[in-house]
Amino acid sequence: MKNFDLVQADQPADALKLKSAASTTRFIAGGTNLVDLMKYGIESPDTLVDISRLPLDTVAKTATGVRIGALARNSDVAVNKLITDQFPLLAQALLAGASPQLRNMATMGGNLMQRTRCYYFYDTSTPCNKRNPQSSEGPSGCGAIGGFNRIHAILGASSSCIATNPSDMNVALSALDAIVQIQGPNGNRSVPLIDFHRLPGNTPQRDNVLETNELIVGIDLPTPRMAGKSHYQKVRDRASYAFALVSVATRMAVENGTIRDIQIALGGVAHKPWRMPAVEKQAVGQPATEATFREVARQLLAEAKPQKDNAFKIKLAENTIVRSLQTVL
Amino acid sequence: MTNQKTYLIDGAGRRWFLKQSSALAGLFALPPLRFSTAAAVDQPTGLPPAGKRSLTLKINRKTYKLDVEPRETLLDVLRERLDLTGSKKGCDHGQCGACTVHIDGRTANACLLLAVMQQGRDITTVEGLAPGKTELHPLQTAFLEHDGFQCGFCTSGQLMSGVAAIREGHADSRAEIKEWMSGNICRCGAYAGIVAAVESVQKGGKRV
Repeated sequence: MKNFDLVQADQPADALKLKSAASTTRFIAGGTNLVDLMKYGIESPDTLVDISRLPLDTVAKTATGVRIGALARNSDVAVNKLITDQFPLLAQALLAGASPQLRNMATMGGNLMQRTRCYYFYDTSTPCNKRNPQSSEGPSGCGAIGGFNRIHAILGASSSCIATNPSDMNVALSALDAIVQIQGPNGNRSVPLIDFHRLPGNTPQRDNVLETNELIVGIDLPTPRMAGKSHYQKVRDRASYAFALVSVATRMAVENGTIRDIQIALGGVAHKPWRMPAVEKQAVGQPATEATFREVARQLLAEAKPQKDNAFKIKLAENTIVRSLQTVL
Repeated sequence: MTNQKTYLIDGAGRRWFLKQSSALAGLFALPPLRFSTAAAVDQPTGLPPAGKRSLTLKINRKTYKLDVEPRETLLDVLRERLDLTGSKKGCDHGQCGACTVHIDGRTANACLLLAVMQQGRDITTVEGLAPGKTELHPLQTAFLEHDGFQCGFCTSGQLMSGVAAIREGHADSRAEIKEWMSGNICRCGAYAGIVAAVESVQKGGKRV
């Protein structure tokens, strides 16, 4: 690991000042992803701003729902009563992610920023437009396209990047209509989670819309319009401690056999949690039957484009959606 | 790697204090920041060398003071600077759990923690698990009884996670034990023994 300077911030405003707009400065909190990336030489900041002691680690009721501080630990949020009572989907997704050791250190804001687990992104001997977007000869290329791409995206990918977002938490937050609270040099702004992460396009190096001089301070969860049931279904190569091949976060409210409200987000299939509000809207008013669930699944996967090794994910995702909806019925 | 600028400041535990008091008296007799004339010339102000930080770490009821580079991980400081080699370096990327320690009572991968960020935290390594030098922790005893260790490389991390799983109430069934021990990955055949050991201690109802 290249050496660096480390400075500690005590308040969000100090953190912002210390970071400034320099692209060689990074915030560090739990460090579970960043330190790993630094060991691989993928990130090599000159300065780290330690934000782990900022007073942003509480989970509290608000007028519209619940606010989770950006520095709340994944493991604390997963067992927080406000979350397990009102948003069990989030608790379930958090506990499906990583290992106890990592969840104990990982923070909510950090998990929003978690970078892809694409093998080619991690292997600095291979080309990667996300890791190394430009060299003197132009964009560096993508090792995964035409490479071994069993874990890669089937939706929303581009000719420059087929990486997926690895976080389970993000999938649940997407289905829960979470809002990311951001502080910047000129004040605060709110970004709905579904707009926070980006599709790769021709700038895959940018995972999300956070500017280099901004700090995530919290995540708001609005109280759902209708009470319903939820479920996080994760499919992976082993029973625990593995990234999702495909995951599905579902919330559904059913009355007299009719779908009244429904949210579905898919993980492991795209550069961001995959949600299609238009498909959800069409499902409202439909009978809550397997036939409807199959049709919803088919529509969610309608634009899927497989790579050489991951065509299985399309059928897997469809079946996982149906299973997940049957579970919350 | 020896490091002359590493100090043991004190030990908070009474039992430990009685044992170590004479050694401590010797340590305190040294001038606090100067070990040689050469060092004094290099650092006339008593500040840490360029790029290094003065750091105080609380580990296993003792306090250590040393100078570290910001890039030094807690795992490397434990093993290379403080001779606490019980925490093992397996994958060095937070995937195998061999380096598991407790930070303020919760498990963490020491290989992914920057030592400089651990000031003021209460750190426990496998060396601090047993209540005394002649007595093992109940889970250590159970590992012996159930053959839960084999080559031993992953054992210290397994012990730290096992103790946390029991303390936090995640050891009520074999399935739950497996889930909560899933951050500790070993390639040997000891898993069955490890699960049996954790289960036996949980059922034994002893305070761990």
